[in-house]
Amino acid sequence: MTKQEKTWKEIAPAGVCSKSSTEFLTGDWKTYMPIRDLNKCTRCLLCVLFCPDAAINWYPEKGDIAFDYRFCKGCGICANQCPTNAITMKLAQG
Amino acid sequence: MQSLAKQKMMALSGDEAAAYAAKQSDVDVVAAYPITPQTIIVEKFSEYVANGEVETEFVCVESEHSAMAASLSASATGARAFTATASAGLALMSEMLFVTSGCRAPVVMAVANRALSAPINIHGDHSDSMAQRDSGWIQLYAENAQEAYDTIIQAFRIAENTNVLLPVMVGLDGFTLSHTLENVLTLLDADVKDFIGTRQFPKVLTHEGKTVPFRLDPANPMTVGPLALQNYYFEFKRQQEEAMKNALAVIQKVNTEYAKISGRNYGDGLVEAYRLEDAEVAAICLGSTAGTMKTVVDALRQDGVKAGLLRLRTFRPLPVEQILSALANVKAVAVMDRCMSFGGNGGPVFHEVRHLLYDADVRPYIVNYIYGLGGRDTSPTKLRSIYDYLQRVLQNKRVETPIQYLGLRE
Repeated sequence: MTKQEKTWKEIAPAGVCSKSSTEFLTGDWKTYMPIRDLNKCTRCLLCVLFCPDAAINWYPEKGDIAFDYRFCKGCGICANQCPTNAITMKLAQG
Repeated sequence: MQSLAKQKMMALSGDEAAAYAAKQSDVDVVAAYPITPQTIIVEKFSEYVANGEVETEFVCVESEHSAMAASLSASATGARAFTATASAGLALMSEMLFVTSGCRAPVVMAVANRALSAPINIHGDHSDSMAQRDSGWIQLYAENAQEAYDTIIQAFRIAENTNVLLPVMVGLDGFTLSHTLENVLTLLDADVKDFIGTRQFPKVLTHEGKTVPFRLDPANPMTVGPLALQNYYFEFKRQQEEAMKNALAVIQKVNTEYAKISGRNYGDGLVEAYRLEDAEVAAICLGSTAGTMKTVVDALRQDGVKAGLLRLRTFRPLPVEQILSALANVKAVAVMDRCMSFGGNGGPVFHEVRHLLYDADVRPYIVNYIYGLGGRDTSPTKLRSIYDYLQRVLQNKRVETPIQYLGLRE
């Protein structure tokens, strides 16, 4: 348990959320993480569309995508969908 | 001393008394499904709605599971919600009972206590509500139709107290109370309305960073009862336990304040001791049986037996201190369960009373009586045999049969 987590006396009743869901970092329990081969990736953005957690973002100004590992659960759907096999699932650290 | 409010005598069955109390309690939403022996409550309330006597939104649901889902949802928006059920209906609600208490929705429900199938049986016992004793609901049990009426009114005050915010079920014994006509003193509508007041809401911090009243409101969106995993679920359950502890004082306070306007109180609201001060032998029971038991105690007293009775009006939260102090001088106790806990070495009330007596300075002899299942008649003669046994226990200084079945053909 991390330090910032509150005691039962500090939280609202009935699970009322005191933060937006974007502030709950839900990617801390992945076993595998996607790693991208930049040479194979064609930026087709299929992985962006398929990611069930919206954890792959498209940055038009860079003309590239990036994984947001704070929310990635390591499900591997991106690797499965990738038409050029540019994404491989590797054992996550720690 | 405050003078008593004006009251009107009415001939009401327990079910009608419960419906009438709900009508006077200014309920916003009733979502219910009829089931014997609760049916009259729903019928009666539908009649109030059809006659335009109430402004309540009546939701005809397709099951008890939906009845509780609708009651919870209404309550979460800040509305006052009431429902009623019995037996299989309560069992079908089970999942939603836990959701309702977990969402801290102060729904009030009348339960016309009835046996559970199989074999099918429509008559009174406590199997239905006892099976839900860990659902996070406050449980109050009425002794007669008058108390059913009074307790439904009190239940809204208890449930909606911001230190409690828990749903309350009020048990009334199937048929014995639900269908039996009694003279019931009723308060005037305005006095009930004044007594209960309007719902108060604690303030909560939402994800928008606003501190707002705890209710679903489109102007101040919030999430109630979402996912809480290993890191938070436990904390929410601990909060519910604290709310139960807080309810002990609130139930007593509401009982006292209600007595001021009605002239009626039920012990301290938690337990009612009857001729216990110098009692050597005592029984503990819930609900309508206590009425018969009081006449048995009176008869025993005339015969020189130091008999007493402790009625548990509140079963959840369990009034541990009050039971301990009420039984402090009793030498032999019979705990009556109108319910079985199969394979559990006695009934649920027995388990809990025996468990709390572990901390008593001097532990009395204790016997469990399972009785009245499926509406089996419990006559004064049978009840008297309990005290006869307790006296034998005192003579022999031992309990030979700790778990007994009253009125069962052996």
